Amino acid sequence: MKIRLQLGALAASLGLMFSAAAQADIKIGFSGVMSGPQASLGQDQLDGFMLGLELLGGKLGGQPAQVIVEDDQLKPDVGVQILQKFLEREKVDAVVGLGFSNVLMAQSRRIKDTGIPALSTNAGPAPLAGKMCMPNLFVMAWQNDAASEAMGQYAQNKGYKRAALITSNYQAGRDKLAGFKRFFKGEIVSEAYTQLGQLDYSAEISNIQKSNPDVIFAFYPGGAGVNFVRQMKQVGLMGKIPFLSDSMIDANTLGAMKNDAIGSIYGMHWGKVLDNAKNKAFVEAYQKRFKREPTEYAANAFDAANLLDAAVKKLNGNVSDRKAFVQAIKDAGSEFESVRGDFKFDKNNMPIVDYHALEVVSEGGDVGIKHLETVFKGHRDAYVGDCSL
Amino acid sequence: MMDRLKNGVWLIPLLFLVLACIPFIADALGEPFYITFFARVLIYALAACALNIILGFAGLVSFGHALFIGLGCYAVGILGFFDISNGWLQLLAALAVCALVALFVGTVCLRTSGIGFIMITLAFAQMFYFLMVSMTMFGGDDGLNIFMPSDFGFFELSGSREVYWATWAVLLLLTIFLFRFRKSPFGLVLRATHLNPRRVNALGYSVFKVQLAAYILSGMITGVAGFLLANLTAFASPSYMSWHMSGELIVMLVIGGLGTVTGPIFGSIIYLVMEEVFKGITQHWMLLMGPLIVIIAMLTRNGVDFMKLLRINTNPSEGVDRADETKPAAAGDAS
Amino acid sequence: MDSSLFLSQLLNGVQLGVLLFLLSSGLTLIFGIMNFINLAHGSLYMVGAFIGAAAFNASGSFVFAVMAGMLASAAVGLLLEHGIARPLYRYDHLYQVLATFGLMMFFNELAIVIFGSRPYYAGIPDYLSGAVTVFGSPYPVYRILIIVVGILVAVGAWYLIQKTRFGMLIRAGASNSNMVSVLGVNIDLLKKLLFMLGAALAGLAGALAGPILSVQSGMGEPVLILALVVIVVGGIGSIRGALVAAMIIAIIDTLGRAYMPQLLAPFMVPTSANAVGPALASMLIYILMALVLAFKPDGILAPRKR
Repeated sequence: MKIRLQLGALAASLGLMFSAAAQADIKIGFSGVMSGPQASLGQDQLDGFMLGLELLGGKLGGQPAQVIVEDDQLKPDVGVQILQKFLEREKVDAVVGLGFSNVLMAQSRRIKDTGIPALSTNAGPAPLAGKMCMPNLFVMAWQNDAASEAMGQYAQNKGYKRAALITSNYQAGRDKLAGFKRFFKGEIVSEAYTQLGQLDYSAEISNIQKSNPDVIFAFYPGGAGVNFVRQMKQVGLMGKIPFLSDSMIDANTLGAMKNDAIGSIYGMHWGKVLDNAKNKAFVEAYQKRFKREPTEYAANAFDAANLLDAAVKKLNGNVSDRKAFVQAIKDAGSEFESVRGDFKFDKNNMPIVDYHALEVVSEGGDVGIKHLETVFKGHRDAYVGDCSL
Repeated sequence: MMDRLKNGVWLIPLLFLVLACIPFIADALGEPFYITFFARVLIYALAACALNIILGFAGLVSFGHALFIGLGCYAVGILGFFDISNGWLQLLAALAVCALVALFVGTVCLRTSGIGFIMITLAFAQMFYFLMVSMTMFGGDDGLNIFMPSDFGFFELSGSREVYWATWAVLLLLTIFLFRFRKSPFGLVLRATHLNPRRVNALGYSVFKVQLAAYILSGMITGVAGFLLANLTAFASPSYMSWHMSGELIVMLVIGGLGTVTGPIFGSIIYLVMEEVFKGITQHWMLLMGPLIVIIAMLTRNGVDFMKLLRINTNPSEGVDRADETKPAAAGDAS
Repeated sequence: MDSSLFLSQLLNGVQLGVLLFLLSSGLTLIFGIMNFINLAHGSLYMVGAFIGAAAFNASGSFVFAVMAGMLASAAVGLLLEHGIARPLYRYDHLYQVLATFGLMMFFNELAIVIFGSRPYYAGIPDYLSGAVTVFGSPYPVYRILIIVVGILVAVGAWYLIQKTRFGMLIRAGASNSNMVSVLGVNIDLLKKLLFMLGAALAGLAGALAGPILSVQSGMGEPVLILALVVIVVGGIGSIRGALVAAMIIAIIDTLGRAYMPQLLAPFMVPTSANAVGPALASMLIYILMALVLAFKPDGILAPRKR
């Protein structure tokens, strides 16, 4: 009796092994952060991808597609486990999403070892663009520094001479400020790195005021970004000194910043106001389907769906050869219709796209986006030289 | 022999026999993923067993034990960064660093008790978390990839299977050790420090020294869990040191039974399997997990063994009457 | 050293200290007097923030919004007290930590289910959204409001605990609850009221902080850790201790962040100084806590035990 009960504790776990996966023609594994405070990013990517798939009739390249969704909880070890699951249990044909930089970095080794086609719709950390580049990982998002580089160039173009920089003291923050400095040739009068999880920026904002800059450049993700913008507005600095940012202002955070963000300018490879047919169709469909505005994360994932569609078409629906699939994806990069306009992959599989400066403006009592200028056309990242592909 | 059967000593070999079957079952079913999954479960079980030494036996609620997991991981990661992949060296470094940090942290923390101890262990874990995040050279919060598995000469921890067996072996050794430790003179004194510290001091032992020694031991073993985790995921990250992870270890320990020998192992299995099951049910799985943890806390609050409710004896004894050391000294008790 | 900048930074520190005090006052009351560790305090703060923001969006009245936030938190606090805290008062802190840890998880996910995972908009009324010039720099009016409210709460709480019958009963109950109930006082009701008060304070902090510190799921966690540090340093159960500790910690943190890079500049490259400075400044808080615990394990102003 006891023996059976002892085993009962383990039987539940063994039971997991017996559930079979449904059969479908093309299997895509989607992993991202679906729970916790950053869940909106994962959700946007999933929604963008599923919308893309839906508009293709649920098919990629004519083959019905099945998407398996997993939550990586923003934990690298869970991300690795999910990848194992996709590869060994679900036997997917490709993986999409792949979460934040730290989760992606953890997953990168297995991605490289197995050669599985992988599309990152969220991050493009520098090591993966440079020394650790691999033929089968494609970044649909951006190289992490790129939008900051665009802002640096924009500041340079506008003739600003004194810049105050501020960000959070972690890898992405440091990379972005470095990107800004790569293209901005003026004087950096203040450079501050605040602590992760810091809530109140009044001390730093006071310092920035005293340093008397011509332009301010900041990067803060998610909620921290909302805090910073609102605190800047409350002190009266927003609108007084030109405010540039990267990855801080998007449809999600604007919902919380509203009018406080008016006047700020940000860099991004996509904006809902981009004037091309595919984008107009995307934005309209997204608004109708999800009753909210799309973000660049959704745009990345939407592109990923269309890219896969083009790639599978090239292979006539046969994705069983991983190497061929990888090559098809690479070639399809310059062929599929992207919401960003021109798109192609660099030799390190980072996207070569245009980067724009966009401004938050007042639009009938609410906020809207205005396209200021295309700062870079077909921009290549700074790390491609380190990639030996 | 009949006594031994009645007291459940056979549970240990049975448990490990079943665990040993898992890789073969997984292969037979064509689902090698489950080797990875259970390797992770066993690693957490190892960390929970280590936490048991101070939380289960001595009642010291450490909310920062994930710190040592992180240290163990980074020992592998940082040495690997400098191209040192010798498993023995990495293991030695992990043990040494954990011992030193535990000595320092323990000396500071053990001067307090109750909420102070909880807070200060949490604080130290946070400090190291922020320290590793600011270390750009080692990846900061993007983490550190580990390219070469730990090489022990006659074998390498190159895949989930190897890590699984290594963890299984370490866990088995630890369990046998804890089985003896519970009733060893040192173990008995340690358990006594929770029940009646004043008396222990009066008997000539130093509660502080005993608890510090236990804390160091616990830290070192948790470091080994970190060492194995680094090899399993081929990655080291500050998030391994987060207080969420420390909290989850505590949950696993409580589920399995504080102060018992095999409890932490059952606790980890149950918790991580539940997590996987819940994740399969809904995206909002925390809505299920949260209340479950609350229920567990309510059920076990007066030291009731959750495992006993399931009729599983996780504390194999050899006939010695076991004082219920999981029962806390009630507030206001003169001790 | 620029004296007006210094004064500005000092003011920033004071304001942060008041915010921290508001956050930790509820926690120290519940912990000190009922000996209950409440990790879900961060969730109560979150409830106040969400309800406050939603109420303001719906009604346009800021006063109503803050009241709504406080009431909502108090209500949730009541449920919490009755269902979870009460059964756990007599038991080891471990189970309280565990239960409230689980609650925290639950509330975070619940917030996402109800409000979504995007940051939620928390507005300020126009009459509070300007800035006035203090020490030569613009200073938000809203922050001045927070300082004023914080001082009022501090005075009010002191008055309540020290000068009213309710406060006397609370203090008596903390010393010897059996005796108090034998004397005919409904100690159970007393504890409920106190818990609700603590929760309402957390809700007030949340409703006020929402407009400046974004409102989203998980917002309570960084706040919780800070609050725990404050009450441990200040002395558990002591409102005065919480105020003093909050001020000290906030001022050290603010001045540290403001001046550490400059202090380090002679010794290292600017980028390193800028990065190491804040890292050191944030570790300062924990180092301070460790020092206080080493020399005064009960905190700076711990109430005298019986």
